[in-house]
Amino acid sequence: MLAQSLADGILTGAIIALGAIGVSFGLQILKFANFAHSELLTWGAYLALVFVAFAGPGTPTAELSFGWQMMAAMLLAAVLTGGLAWLVDLLVFRRLRRTGAHPMSLVFAAFGAALIMRHVIVLIWGHGTHFYTRELQIAIEVLPGVRMLPDQIFILGLTIVIVVCLHLYLTYSRTGMAMRAMAESPSLARACGIEVESVIRWTWILSGGLAAMAGVFLGLTPQLHPEMGFSLLLALFAASILGGTGSLAGAVVGGLLVGLAENLSVYFIGSGYKTAMPFLVLLLVLFFRPQGLFGEKS
Amino acid sequence: MIGLFSYLVFFACIVLILGVMTLGLNLQWGYTGLFNAGVVGFYAIGAYAHAILVTAPQPSLIGNFGLPWIVGIAGAMATSALAAWIIGLATIRLRGDYLAIATFGIATTIQLVTLNWDSLTGGAQGLPAIPRPLSTWFGSPLGFNLFYLGLLIAVVGLVYWALERILRSPWGRVLKAIREDETAAIALGKSAQSFRLQAFVLGSTLMGLAGALYVSFIGFVSPFDFLPILTFQIWAMLIVGGSGNNRGALLGALAIWGIWAASGVLIAKLVPPAYAAQGGAIQVILIGLLLVTSLLFRPRGLIGEVPVVSRHADD
Repeated sequence: MLAQSLADGILTGAIIALGAIGVSFGLQILKFANFAHSELLTWGAYLALVFVAFAGPGTPTAELSFGWQMMAAMLLAAVLTGGLAWLVDLLVFRRLRRTGAHPMSLVFAAFGAALIMRHVIVLIWGHGTHFYTRELQIAIEVLPGVRMLPDQIFILGLTIVIVVCLHLYLTYSRTGMAMRAMAESPSLARACGIEVESVIRWTWILSGGLAAMAGVFLGLTPQLHPEMGFSLLLALFAASILGGTGSLAGAVVGGLLVGLAENLSVYFIGSGYKTAMPFLVLLLVLFFRPQGLFGEKS
Repeated sequence: MIGLFSYLVFFACIVLILGVMTLGLNLQWGYTGLFNAGVVGFYAIGAYAHAILVTAPQPSLIGNFGLPWIVGIAGAMATSALAAWIIGLATIRLRGDYLAIATFGIATTIQLVTLNWDSLTGGAQGLPAIPRPLSTWFGSPLGFNLFYLGLLIAVVGLVYWALERILRSPWGRVLKAIREDETAAIALGKSAQSFRLQAFVLGSTLMGLAGALYVSFIGFVSPFDFLPILTFQIWAMLIVGGSGNNRGALLGALAIWGIWAASGVLIAKLVPPAYAAQGGAIQVILIGLLLVTSLLFRPRGLIGEVPVVSRHADD
């Protein structure tokens, strides 16, 4: 039982981690808590649904419940959601940055953007749940006492690939380096000739793309609904703050810890309070180690 | 005509209750710069505290003491003040967005408690039959609503007057000083933490009062009255009305709730019942658009903060 909870926790954690990377980017590079980030997860999931509705989820390949079409849908959704994130920045956040508004205005605007984005989903697709595929799957025993669906194993593997690629991108590409410079000190970055607006644009696109993939994974395990992203918002914040907003590894480890905490909490406080778990983790971190596990003391 | 009139009375009551909450948030954000994103949590604490204190005893539930209305109101304010004090001790040193995230989490947790602690809160079913003050004196619902409207006007008037007084006092000036420049305020010997905590507790007490006023008007409480969206609506009221101005806060409550209610009526007339969910979505989108456009084009709000200059400034 415990081993099964651990496995489930790692899977939830991987999805939270993908979403939390975007929240971390928001806190470090854009310098505000983006309460609308969770809606990008939802949008990513539903945009992939549009493509799946046209092309179908594909014939099940190997043990998976879907074929290559699902992967294509995910990539397309990632690109489109990246574009959507950029569009929201153009329409709302960039204007606020330019007018030199109070820094917290960005957070209020994020409240508004979140309300709009979430309810446009309801407007188009309704309140009900949707599925990518109705294909049934049989869990495989991966370790003694631990059963996972083939889809879940696939999601875990793909998450690792995505995180490694992102790590390489942030470490070696010019834009990646510029993003890290912006996180350290925007004014110094500007003085070094970094084009701030372009870095911000790529930050949004990257955050949106990662959020979309997290959203598709959420939708695969097992369904889509308009609140799917919003109900994860607290977990995303907890993960990114827990890891310390200083590093990619922080967000990933934070995500895993929050996922594990959620799934193991059933043993201590009952399943009714499962969704409060990220918050308890968050409070402990803010109280004892506000710089996060990996952050440096300022 | 009577139908419209009684609807307007009901509408005015709700606006005044929301107004009390917005005034509380204005004290926290508008005057002190505390970013409370868990407004609905304190509202829920006040609502449940009142319900538990005044409802007639039931064998299946822990609380329900059948106490008088006024004790319920006082108890609701005391409970939310106590909760805010404890939460404040843990979180008040957090700045800006981090306080917002923490308080958002608190509200989520409070809602989970109301949903899961069945023996105290009645769980998902909520607590029905909450006595309404003096309701036996009135023959018709309209009579009671009119009386309650009068009561609410008195309460809001009192809260408004008290807030204006304390905010113009030296205590209120310290709050503004902390909001504008915390280091300078500390350099002048003011304990920023302690003032921030006081403002947080006082603002949350008003939110608790609003919760108590709401349940004793509706006569029923359930966890689904306290969804996170209400927090965002209260924020929209404060931003659109004008943060840092108590009249702005009240006007914002009227404007946002007016648009919410009017669009609801319009959508109910135009949209077929099968698309009720979509109609509701349009209502929320409208609030979101109002909030965003207000931030972009009128960041002060409808009536924003009035600049205050010391009368010694010219010397």
